[in-house]
Amino acid sequence: MIPTGAIPAGANPPVATTFFFYLLAATMIIGGILVITRKNAVHSALALITTLLAQAALYLMLYAPFVAGVQIILYAGGIMVLFLFVIMLINMERSVKERQFNKQWLVGIVAAAALGGLFIAVYTTTTKGKTLFPEGRLLYGETDNTQKIAGLLFDLHTGQYMFAFEIASLLLLVAIIGAVVMAKKRI
Amino acid sequence: MDFMLHITTLHYLVLGAALFLLGVIGVLTRRNVVIVLMSIELILNAVNLNLVAFSRYWQGIHGPQALHGQVFAIFVITDAAAEAAVGLGILIAFFRNKETVNVDEVNLLKW
Amino acid sequence: MHAFIDYIQSYLSSKQTPGAAGNLFWATVYILLVFGGLSVAVIAMNWLERKILAHMQVRLGPMRVGPHGLLQPIADAIKLLLKEDIIPSEADKFVFWIAPFIVVLAAFTVFVVVPFGPQHAITDMNIGILFMLGVSSLSVLGIVTAGWASNSHYPLIGALRSSAQMVSYEVAMGLAVVSVIMMTSLETGTGTLSMIDIVRSQQTQQEWFIFKFFPLGLVGFFIFAIAMVAETNRAPFDLPEAESELTAGFHTEYSGFRWSLFFLAEYSAMIAVSSIAVTLWLGGWLRPFPNALNGPTWDLVFSLFPGITFLLFAAICFYNTARMPKHPLFRIQTMGLAGFGAVLGLIGLVLLIPKVSVRVGDIYWFVAKVAAFMYLYIWYRGTFPRYRFDQLMKVGWKVLLPTGLALLILTAVVAMRTELWAQMTGALRP
Repeated sequence: MIPTGAIPAGANPPVATTFFFYLLAATMIIGGILVITRKNAVHSALALITTLLAQAALYLMLYAPFVAGVQIILYAGGIMVLFLFVIMLINMERSVKERQFNKQWLVGIVAAAALGGLFIAVYTTTTKGKTLFPEGRLLYGETDNTQKIAGLLFDLHTGQYMFAFEIASLLLLVAIIGAVVMAKKRI
Repeated sequence: MDFMLHITTLHYLVLGAALFLLGVIGVLTRRNVVIVLMSIELILNAVNLNLVAFSRYWQGIHGPQALHGQVFAIFVITDAAAEAAVGLGILIAFFRNKETVNVDEVNLLKW
Repeated sequence: MHAFIDYIQSYLSSKQTPGAAGNLFWATVYILLVFGGLSVAVIAMNWLERKILAHMQVRLGPMRVGPHGLLQPIADAIKLLLKEDIIPSEADKFVFWIAPFIVVLAAFTVFVVVPFGPQHAITDMNIGILFMLGVSSLSVLGIVTAGWASNSHYPLIGALRSSAQMVSYEVAMGLAVVSVIMMTSLETGTGTLSMIDIVRSQQTQQEWFIFKFFPLGLVGFFIFAIAMVAETNRAPFDLPEAESELTAGFHTEYSGFRWSLFFLAEYSAMIAVSSIAVTLWLGGWLRPFPNALNGPTWDLVFSLFPGITFLLFAAICFYNTARMPKHPLFRIQTMGLAGFGAVLGLIGLVLLIPKVSVRVGDIYWFVAKVAAFMYLYIWYRGTFPRYRFDQLMKVGWKVLLPTGLALLILTAVVAMRTELWAQMTGALRP
């Protein structure tokens, strides 16, 4: 079960995939640990930004350049700026000196550990000598990823996600109005 | 050793699972609302990583047109943007009324 | 060894960017060239800005260090590097330390996809313009963290202003860019985000996008041109670092080397957004009238431009050498200026060689267009008074954003009409 497609003309095989995967994965995991352990919310936000950028690089390695671009422009450039902005608007000096973890932290850790056990169980399950998720090798990329995604989103004939796209825009509109209503003192 | 060296879909899934767990621990144990929201972002990102990895695998079977995972990832990012906007809006309103950002101090139904 | 030389030579014949050819050696060379050239351009901009502003205000500007102050930026750089690097005691040390590097990294990484010519780019991504907008928007993170980490009032206010300003102008900027991406899909049916393909589609459509669907392309260009000034925190939108209100804004507490990193980032960000504007609306590396005035004669005429420009600079140098005071104290300066002119003239003569001018023609036109934008930046700074912050927000949200939305819809309608008309008459494609 190893799908290996032919390399399209003009596409280069990736360089040192293994090395970069482990480098980026380590960056992401360390960043994630820092996010949930730092006292200062700004440090957490910076760690999260590192994680998000490493993830964008992983998307590039998975030949999803458009998703990587959206990740950088929306997550790292948009959402995280919003986070930093709000952290600076509300005065966090008090919360840095307080207890950082809530009272049921032990229960939380146990629940998370149970979930982790479930993950391990699922990923190591073998039926007839095969794991549940086949270890397919990744293919080499093609160059018109963006156009194909646009086709799925907007095209009249192949666009099966057009309705979902419209609903997503409605969701964003609702979110904008909701955020304004929540955050403004007097409307 | 071969299985460590050749990066397959499974590697990405395991990484996604690890990130998801970190996010869950953050949501369940932290008091600071901002960091809880960031942990939610971690969870959404773990999901996205899985979706894109699956999309890559799916392309190997069904040809390069099968980009459904990536389209889903874009929808998840849209959703994350909406969630962050509303969540931070609520956070500002909350901070204005109670002068705190700790989740376990939100224990009144009406203020 | 032989294989290595073959590896180096194989790229030269492959009419591609080093990234597309997968040639690591040439990619490294291009990266070093682009980043080195960028640093030199920033240093040159420093001198030019002071000189041009001075002449606009009927002053002389730097005159002492070197002939006509030509060595002033080098003296400045040495001063900045030798200055004591102060970290405020109440600052968040790590974040304070890392913030300038975030800004510089964001400003420099952008240049990976800037196309100086059909094969003169480090690489060509198929998300080129998205990558440029995304990475250049990362610099706001550095600015915000710099302002916050200083733990002081002026930097914090500057950082908040800056983030609010950059986030709101990014929206208008994005709308203007999307209208161009829509235009790239004409005639071929599929649009593109790749910087090189955007310029190529301007060539196939025989029109710079600034003139496309007159006046729609022009309106988009103006939206971008206003938004990009706000995006780079330059006058008249330089509120985050407004001297009279905030001392120096987000970099008040920075000094020495770290401050010079902010300076470097600001100027390279200016060059980056100007290259976006040039690529999207002004035909990138294309020379004027590539389709109307073609043929060997016109090719020859336009290939003379790079050499003649440098010879002109050399002539200016020699003219000023002749005007230098004849006092013996000025002898070294006079000789220096004459030597500088001789070097420029020599470069100009080399550029007149046909084999060389063919290779650098694209780069020349791209750089010339970007240089025009750089001059505009200085001109704005010398001309316009600074906006108030509420006026700035009003311009962004109440003028540029609705105009951008209207532009987007109108472009879509007009493009659709053109396509349908072409299909009905069968003029363009079946």
